[in-house]
Amino acid sequence: MKPDGTVVKPSVAPGVRLGHVSFVWRPWIVFVSLLLAAATFLVFCLSIAVGDFPIGLSRVIATLFGGGERVDEFVIMDLRMPRALAGLVVGIALGVSGAITQSIARNPLASPDILGITGGASAVAVFLVTVSGGTAAAVVNSVGLSAAALAGGLGTGLLVYFLAWRRGIDGFRLILIGISVSAVMEAITTWLLVTADIRDVARAQAWLVGSLDNRSWDEVWIALWGTLALLVVVSCVAFQFKPMHFGDEVAAGLGVRYSMVRAVLLLCAVLLAAVGVSAAGPVPFVALVAPQVAMRLARCPTPPLVASGMVGALLLIGADLVARTALPITLPVGVVTAAIGGPFLVYLLVRANLR
Amino acid sequence: MAAQYIAEIESGFNDASRLAARGVTVGYGARTVIDDLDVAIPPGVITTVIGPNGCGKSTLLRTLSRLLKPTRGTVVLDGDDIVKLKTRDVAKKLGLLPQAPVAPEGLTVSDLVARGRHPHQSWLRQWSSDDAAVVERALAMTGVSDLADRPVDSLSGGQRQRVWISMTLAQGTDLLLLDEPTTYLDLAHAVDVLDLVDDLHESGCTVVMVLHDLNLATRYSDNLIVMREGAILAQGHPRDVITAELLHEAFGLRAMVIDDPVGDRPLIVPIGRTNVQLDRMPIKLQK
Repeated sequence: MKPDGTVVKPSVAPGVRLGHVSFVWRPWIVFVSLLLAAATFLVFCLSIAVGDFPIGLSRVIATLFGGGERVDEFVIMDLRMPRALAGLVVGIALGVSGAITQSIARNPLASPDILGITGGASAVAVFLVTVSGGTAAAVVNSVGLSAAALAGGLGTGLLVYFLAWRRGIDGFRLILIGISVSAVMEAITTWLLVTADIRDVARAQAWLVGSLDNRSWDEVWIALWGTLALLVVVSCVAFQFKPMHFGDEVAAGLGVRYSMVRAVLLLCAVLLAAVGVSAAGPVPFVALVAPQVAMRLARCPTPPLVASGMVGALLLIGADLVARTALPITLPVGVVTAAIGGPFLVYLLVRANLR
Repeated sequence: MAAQYIAEIESGFNDASRLAARGVTVGYGARTVIDDLDVAIPPGVITTVIGPNGCGKSTLLRTLSRLLKPTRGTVVLDGDDIVKLKTRDVAKKLGLLPQAPVAPEGLTVSDLVARGRHPHQSWLRQWSSDDAAVVERALAMTGVSDLADRPVDSLSGGQRQRVWISMTLAQGTDLLLLDEPTTYLDLAHAVDVLDLVDDLHESGCTVVMVLHDLNLATRYSDNLIVMREGAILAQGHPRDVITAELLHEAFGLRAMVIDDPVGDRPLIVPIGRTNVQLDRMPIKLQK
């Protein structure tokens, strides 16, 4: 009550009920997410439209929804779709993975790049490419470079998690151990590159910069279904994760089995990052910057999962588009994600300071 | 009436007690902090745990709230072994406020307090008008309705603590465990927060808290638990428990216990070494 006796009605977020389902109604987040989804779809279509054989946007959209001509259908569905879809899936996977790891560590530095996942995947991939010999070649041929990189990323992520475990997970400890393990992995990668045959080095370098070139439908399907399955698990557990932004003890007081929830989510985050890296190589910066950009656009105190995935996809497809069109030579997409994402995050941070 | 429950407290267990520890041994890793401890929390009153640093106060509170699992013995909540209850069911009966919790930067007061409804929600039922009503009531009870739209990190320490207590209230339990709710607060804000705790007690809550300030503990609680080295030294009404001898035994503190000039509780005057006029001190304490 105010001194003059009027009762102040506290502004508690309104709820929405649809049958048995009820949730908090936050118009701004819904608006931002829809806007991001629309922008992602637009860039996705643009990515398909642009190329040596330009196709109009309306024809791209028509073909995507089943109409369109046969010539367009071949170029779009067989040649360009895998690239655009890989960008979409990998971007979402990296964005969501970053949002989860940053939330768990309660620290914006804790992205999969820093936690060793990218470094581990790279080391394994480079090892298989450069170490010539019957076994390695056989492994590459049978399970593929992507699967090996996936295993490498997963293994390193789990190693970091168990090394950082000491009666719970502390954000700083996780980051320090992640940085250390990453450094070791990078050292291994560098050593392999220095000692390897020059032709293998070129192949390894091409993989290491991260790129969406020459994606086949097979690779895209694996990444797509893997990401979808992981997103289903994440969305089931995400509700239990909400109180964990306040720390373990408050979460436990609110009835959350925090060790279990955290282990499941961290495993999902590591797998998502590993799927992303195995499909597109270690594209830098997307997992770090997407959640931070999404947080500021959606005006959330913590990284929003859906919006982070959208920003990740937008950033990756957009960067790939720029990498292909901005200069006469095609740049590696990783160069552009850092060049676009970095300044944009700096802009958002500086704008917040000026207020 | 008061005498009766004091007698009940002193007799150890009473049937009305909703929360009790029986033969509890607990520690961190190989280090045992509390060994074979029995305690019953009397219902409807404020119980405060006091004791020197490292005596196991917070460990006891964490064990009672199920944050720590005892290696031996049981904690009983409403007749059930707390370890066997679901985490969520415990959260519906018992509200816990850990020491110095931190909210994410930019989170608003109403969003923080709304999180207190978590134990009553599910994936499908994430927010309802009942939740909104409970949260509005919790905000009003703790006097922070006016601050509902403000970010938690923009508030003063005292306001922030009110907000966290408000979140614990939104949980809808009548059993509250507060670990040092006055940490980092100046005396005025500490008194303000403890007045709020007493309001909650008046409205029917059972409160267990850990406090460092002995005089505030004496003033605000009906039942004191004095601990030393993981064991309970004394338990009961402050008037019966607080003596100069006990303070010396528990804390190694030389102090005088006098009548509180503004209340009916004892007042502790620490002696120390500096600026003390020896002629004004009782003879038995002089060396």
